[in-house]
Amino acid sequence: MREILSPVNEAETAEMIREARAARRPIMIEGGDTRSGLGRPIAADRILSTRKLTGITLYEPAELVISARAGTPLAEIENTLRAKNQRLAFEPMDHRALFGTDGMPTIGAVAACNISGPRRIQTGAARDHLIGIRMVNGFGEIVKSGGRVMKNVTGLDLVKLCCGAHGTLGVFTEVTFKVLPEPETTSTLALHGLDDSKAIAALSAGLTSPFQITGAAHLPAGLESPEAEALTLLRLEGAPSSVDYRASALAKLLEAFGTTAVLAPDRATKLWSAVRDAHPLAEPRDAAIWRLSVAPSRGPAIVATVKRKLAARAFYDWGGGLVWLAVAAEGDAGAAAVRDALAEAGGSESGHATLIRAAEEMRGRINVFQPLAAPLMQISQGIKASFDPDHILNPGRMYAGV
Amino acid sequence: MSGIVFPTPDETILARRADIIAGLAKLVPPECLVTSEDERRAFETDGLMSYRRLPLAVVLPRSTEEVAAVMRYLHQEGVKVVARGAGTSLAGGAIPLEDSVIIGVGKMRRILDVDYANRAIKVETGCTNLSITDMVAPDGFFYAPDPSSQLACTIAGNIGMNSGGAHCLKYGVTTNNVLGVKMVLVDGTIVDIGGAHLDAAGLDLLGLIVGSEGQLGIVTEATLRILRSAESARPVLFGFPTSEEAGACVAAIIGAGIVPVAIEFMDKPAIEICEAFAHAGYPLDAGALLIIEVEGSAAEIDAELVRIIEIAKSHGVTTVKESKSAMETAAIWKGRKSAFGATGRIADYICMDGVIPTGRLPYVLHRLQEIVTSYGLRVANVFHAGDGNLHPLILYNCNDPEEQKKAEAAGEDILKLCVEVGGCLTGEHGVGIEKRELMNVQFNAEDLAQQMRARAVFDEGWLLNRGKVFPLAAAEAA
Ligand SMILES: Cc1cc2nc3c(=O)[nH]c(=O)nc-3n(C[C@H](O)[C@H](O)[C@H](O)COP(=O)(O)OP(=O)(O)OC[C@H]3O[C@@H](n4cnc5c(N)ncnc54)[C@H](O)[C@@H]3O)c2cc1C
Repeated sequence: MREILSPVNEAETAEMIREARAARRPIMIEGGDTRSGLGRPIAADRILSTRKLTGITLYEPAELVISARAGTPLAEIENTLRAKNQRLAFEPMDHRALFGTDGMPTIGAVAACNISGPRRIQTGAARDHLIGIRMVNGFGEIVKSGGRVMKNVTGLDLVKLCCGAHGTLGVFTEVTFKVLPEPETTSTLALHGLDDSKAIAALSAGLTSPFQITGAAHLPAGLESPEAEALTLLRLEGAPSSVDYRASALAKLLEAFGTTAVLAPDRATKLWSAVRDAHPLAEPRDAAIWRLSVAPSRGPAIVATVKRKLAARAFYDWGGGLVWLAVAAEGDAGAAAVRDALAEAGGSESGHATLIRAAEEMRGRINVFQPLAAPLMQISQGIKASFDPDHILNPGRMYAGV
Repeated sequence: MSGIVFPTPDETILARRADIIAGLAKLVPPECLVTSEDERRAFETDGLMSYRRLPLAVVLPRSTEEVAAVMRYLHQEGVKVVARGAGTSLAGGAIPLEDSVIIGVGKMRRILDVDYANRAIKVETGCTNLSITDMVAPDGFFYAPDPSSQLACTIAGNIGMNSGGAHCLKYGVTTNNVLGVKMVLVDGTIVDIGGAHLDAAGLDLLGLIVGSEGQLGIVTEATLRILRSAESARPVLFGFPTSEEAGACVAAIIGAGIVPVAIEFMDKPAIEICEAFAHAGYPLDAGALLIIEVEGSAAEIDAELVRIIEIAKSHGVTTVKESKSAMETAAIWKGRKSAFGATGRIADYICMDGVIPTGRLPYVLHRLQEIVTSYGLRVANVFHAGDGNLHPLILYNCNDPEEQKKAEAAGEDILKLCVEVGGCLTGEHGVGIEKRELMNVQFNAEDLAQQMRARAVFDEGWLLNRGKVFPLAAAEAA
């Protein structure tokens, strides 16, 4: 068991990191411990937990902004927002199903890992909604960037740089997000029985229409159960009359792909959480799980290329741009097959693959995050050193030396 | 006038000017190299026209490879570089140093790939902002960030400044709409980040590069997100007796969960100036005007407008005027987008760019007026109200050095006020030289040192756009 440090405020967080730096003792940063399996294993004998850094520090519904200390449970944020008919529009994924964990996800980790969901295609990722941070860097200094207003180009945007850095640049102590109103209604249209490329073409037709699709996913045949039919989903949100209008316009637009059906609200809600949380691939538990971000139209070809080399189950979100892939956790867990397929589809510009779930031993041996071109790797290591020269915070979480 | 200090030029570089130009001439053809004093004058300033410096030379490469060769050479010679797009920066971000070479992307304006299926377009960064939308508009698409300078400004400059515009309330600013870049590092290395997929691999370098004001490298190509246009859009004019009432109405609309595509604000002086220029039908009897644009099908627009008008009524609205035709819509936006130019016809002005929490709009508008009046000057306000992004235009006479000093002092007070109420110094124009020293108001030494360390990773010798963004003393010490 690792020793756990639980600072009660920002000043104590800074003090503990200064002490760790002086002792050259790396620490692993933890929020609710629901996603500590994300990334490369960390050689640290102590954990710094944000569990006591809690509480919403500012919520101005009329200004669409919320700030909270990093350890605040995501559920508390979401409940608070819901009470005012607002939400985090980027729809953060919950990793508990995939990782089989049972802690409470924290808002700080959502920011640190840039955790988004299906609505990312329309309204942006966590990184697009995070507008301010306070954090402690590897020097043990308190650093702030951004703020509580929607637009801000004052100096270098460290908010974006640190969002998705998986704690390698600093421990967030407080994060500020832009929030948006909850829509009055949601409606999900489904197409049945399409193969992957037809399905992605249908999603693309929806996404290039003026109808403001807020979710576009495809679950291939046999994914949820061996006999399950392929299901292609398009989500609309807004005022009831507007949603009705767009739903019928969209159904007409998609006629060439088959008959669309409006799903029952309960079923639709369940399906979107399943898509968001990669639920269809959670079992079997020993499979390795990959997450690929690709140019949407290339998704099906990349999956087909992988499947020619090894057995894989896959489904698509983001109109085909996000591919979830489950393969046997053997050898390199399919790393070469997956990344070769990306390269074949057009090199570094065609996308990237992250090994989301695999045993620790495997995550230590395989590139969990997409390998970078040498100059970008050098810059990334340089940036790490500029925040955390002694590699105290989540050392090596993303890459060797980062 | 010289309120803002420039770094002292390096005499040894100035003395080597002829050699440096000879070296550049080996890398690019004569039509890409500007050396005569007359022609260099065209590059001595930008949108912050009261400051100017002649660069050593200007290079206008035709390709990424040429940019790389020039960067490699200048790096080796230890010569400073200032990246330039169209030179419309209002913060002095593109103003050269006397011991620097300008690298401009003005000749790189090819559209490389239009990919509707993936909602992406790949372009060279010398393309103007408007040319992107013009390219895809016939097929019903658009590029969302729409700075008022969009006819002239380049994607390079938009990326440099993380530019915004009227329609960013709904669709986000540049950083939310850039998917990838090709960038030349200070030593000539070419890197590719991102592409037609979402969220580039590794650390979010793209997020750091957008808005970095030419401090990290020269961006030569970009992959941008394009969106399908709504079925239709309708701007509506709302006239109010006072600025305070209009400000309160904005806060109430956002607070009611309505996020229109655009909420633009003008006070009385701005209404008069813009109406005289554009004949857009702005209500001249109003103390303040909101232009609110909603989009969708005609029925969707009607439904949303009912709600907005309801709120406006409870805030004392006196005029509500919907655009009835494409021509009226064009006139309404022409008036708004030419606000700065139209103001320039009646007086010299400095354009501020602070951001405040929308709830503080009425208070700030009131204080702002007091500040400017206390300097004996006048102000016209046009701004992106929906996200609290103020653009007070402080009017003065640029031939009167005393008055310019006062205008700059008033501007500084206004930006400090923005920070004081929880906002920031700049929402879309960038820091440049203009707000460099005010960075100390928004950030403390640790904050700034962290930014400068990250910056130095890209450019250890501080050759790129030196003397901008960071307080001079802090940067010299780094
Ligand atoms: C009348 C008027 C209206 C305006 N309205 C708006 C508005 O509504 N919204 C808004 O946001 N701005 C507005 N601006 C400001 C300005 O137009 C923007 O900042 C614009 O993005 C600058 O583009 P540019 O091509 O002129 O760039 P420049 O002014 O040439 O450069 C801007 C910055 O980008 C850097 N840069 C240039 N090229 C590169 C490159 N290739 N790689 C890296 N860095 C580079 C420069 O060094 C500089 O720091 C307005 C300006 C004017 C004059």
